[in-house]
Amino acid sequence: MDYTLILLAIFDGLSYAALVFMVAVGLTLIFGVLQILNVAHGSLYAIGAYLTASIGGAIFAAGYAPILAFPLMLIAAALVGILLGGPIEYLLLRRIYHKPEVLQLLVTFAVFMILEDVQRLVWGNQPYFESSALQMLGNIQVFGVYYTVYQLILLPVVAALTLIGLRLFLRRTLTGRLITAVTEDREAAQAIGIDANRVYLLTFVVGAGLAGLGGALASPTTSVLPGIGAEMIVLSFAVVATAGLGRIEGAAIAALLIGLGRSAATYTYPELQVLVPYLIMLAVLLVRPEGLFGSPAARKI
Amino acid sequence: MLKRTLLGATILASALASAAHAQDKPEEITIGIATFLTGPASVFGVPARDAAEMLVEDLNEAGGIDGVPVRVNFIDEGAGGEAFTAEYRRQVQDEGADIMFSGISSGNCMQIAPLAEDLEVINIMWDCGTQRVFEEGEYDYVFRTQSHATGDMLALVLYLLKTKPDFQTIAVVNQDYAWGRDSWEIFSTALKAMKPDVEVVGEFFPAFGAPDFSTEISRLSATRPDVILSTSWGGDLNTFVQQASQRGLVNQSQFILGLGESSLEALGSALPDGVIIGGRGDHYFEHPEMVGQENFDSFVAEFKETTGSYPIYSVFHMVQAFEALKAAYAKAIEDGDGVWPDDQALIAAYEGLEFQGLGRPVTIRAEDHQGIEAQIVGTTVQTGDYPFATLENIMIFDGETITTPVGESSIEWVSSLTPEFVQQVEPTTFD
Repeated sequence: MDYTLILLAIFDGLSYAALVFMVAVGLTLIFGVLQILNVAHGSLYAIGAYLTASIGGAIFAAGYAPILAFPLMLIAAALVGILLGGPIEYLLLRRIYHKPEVLQLLVTFAVFMILEDVQRLVWGNQPYFESSALQMLGNIQVFGVYYTVYQLILLPVVAALTLIGLRLFLRRTLTGRLITAVTEDREAAQAIGIDANRVYLLTFVVGAGLAGLGGALASPTTSVLPGIGAEMIVLSFAVVATAGLGRIEGAAIAALLIGLGRSAATYTYPELQVLVPYLIMLAVLLVRPEGLFGSPAARKI
Repeated sequence: MLKRTLLGATILASALASAAHAQDKPEEITIGIATFLTGPASVFGVPARDAAEMLVEDLNEAGGIDGVPVRVNFIDEGAGGEAFTAEYRRQVQDEGADIMFSGISSGNCMQIAPLAEDLEVINIMWDCGTQRVFEEGEYDYVFRTQSHATGDMLALVLYLLKTKPDFQTIAVVNQDYAWGRDSWEIFSTALKAMKPDVEVVGEFFPAFGAPDFSTEISRLSATRPDVILSTSWGGDLNTFVQQASQRGLVNQSQFILGLGESSLEALGSALPDGVIIGGRGDHYFEHPEMVGQENFDSFVAEFKETTGSYPIYSVFHMVQAFEALKAAYAKAIEDGDGVWPDDQALIAAYEGLEFQGLGRPVTIRAEDHQGIEAQIVGTTVQTGDYPFATLENIMIFDGETITTPVGESSIEWVSSLTPEFVQQVEPTTFD
């Protein structure tokens, strides 16, 4: 395997990692703050993708400019965050924060199942494919191999901006600091007058919106069809577990590891490709059960 | 008193005698149809269900089968595994299905064949492709009204070798499950037998339902094989072709899409000219020998009007299952001098049955119950007549020459083929 192949494998790994990160980051943000593992995250991803693909398909067919695909993605993400994320947190999760984790998991799993059927009702069984955004940006040639600008440049850039943006938001803005405070100690934060309920709602809406944005960004690269949510949620869990639950920077590193590992496998031993994310997760968890960046939980007495 | 008893005994005896000879006509014929209503394979299953509903309605309007109306129940193959077999059993034992059509998934067919035998219910494998069912087992109650993977793959290999014989390297991108693996085994074995100098430069089996083939496409772009085969279908195929087309791979290598017929409409303008497409039988909504025939044209038009799409091969397979049913009943009733047939009479009628769906006539071999179906292969062209690619340079291969002979294993049979076989087979061509 010569060096051009290694570089090609790195490019593929990067663009894949970017997509996975966009989904995993919302999941880990929600877990970090709400301490809930949101299985329905996969559905929110799928619905973001469906919204973008179906609305995009309809408006481009009506003759609107393909550039609208990009604002459309943001709108789809906002719709998912506000119309789905909001009610899920407000009507459902709010009632179960003090319940056992197994119950929380079951509730979000139930939401996942319901939303899977909702997708089937609304969008049917046939795959959607709407790639105007990707086609508009064109291709670039690297070592004689064509890549789409969308996958090779745009996706990694968006992922990096999301990572930096989230970091700045959590550390430099008032709302971000409120979120951090509630994450550290909910009771103490409430004691000094922070509205923890509002912070939870806001975090969940942002997390759900990120899932929707992940789906919206993925939609031009793939067929949107029943089952994509389940596929993505399993992979995101692997990323989040590898990173350490609740670690945003960790999710970026873990997504990179998994993306690069996967593409290295495809180039050298394709049969291993499917296994690689889980092998990486297994290896990490054997050595560090709390994940790459997780800290062992201190017992509060 | 004695008189009356004698009379009663006589009536009873004659009634018993006639019951032994024949069954009375039933109120209705109940058919249980297994198809994918959920899951990725519903891209085949749902259009086929729509077709079945249309066909039953038309059939009953025309008086049913010899005056007996037909009722269908659908069961979802998407349930999978035990849930599926339990539902199958329930259809036969509780719903009283007289005959079963099952199914699309090869895995389900392998499971259902022995079960149908146990339940003593006639089962028509109306769509599944595995060649193993009749090569590894022998069944009285199980029939197939269409071809199997060997015919599907062999037609593609022959078409490739007839139209583009000068290539050296090939790569494959198939789904990682039984069909993806088995179809590649048949295709590659046949190809190596008929073109021994061919070199396989890449074998990719991405996960079933994989959303992204970017890495495989980069790898293939760097390897530059002359030919790339994929027997994937549904969303997987659409995604792969779209991604390959966006990145120029489709122009770099000769693509062969074994089940491409079912995605022509879905792929729209993304499918470029020059891609070799198979139809899992001679199934194509512009079948060159069928277009212009009243029943074909009206079916295609009605299907398009009802569902909004053109019929794909699973729809035509459903048509064949119903046409075979009608033909089998007609034959059994005729052979029984107008008496309503029991299961055994119907089985006898299915053996060696010739019937015609919306393609060339199909024969069910009496020995192993395998359907002998012609194969259509063509090359895509965007003519602008439709918002998607249609086929040109169509060849139709006679089913007899490309179906594994009775009692032989497909892999052994195709590996015994020689380069001369390419010339021996003479498909029908159209200009």
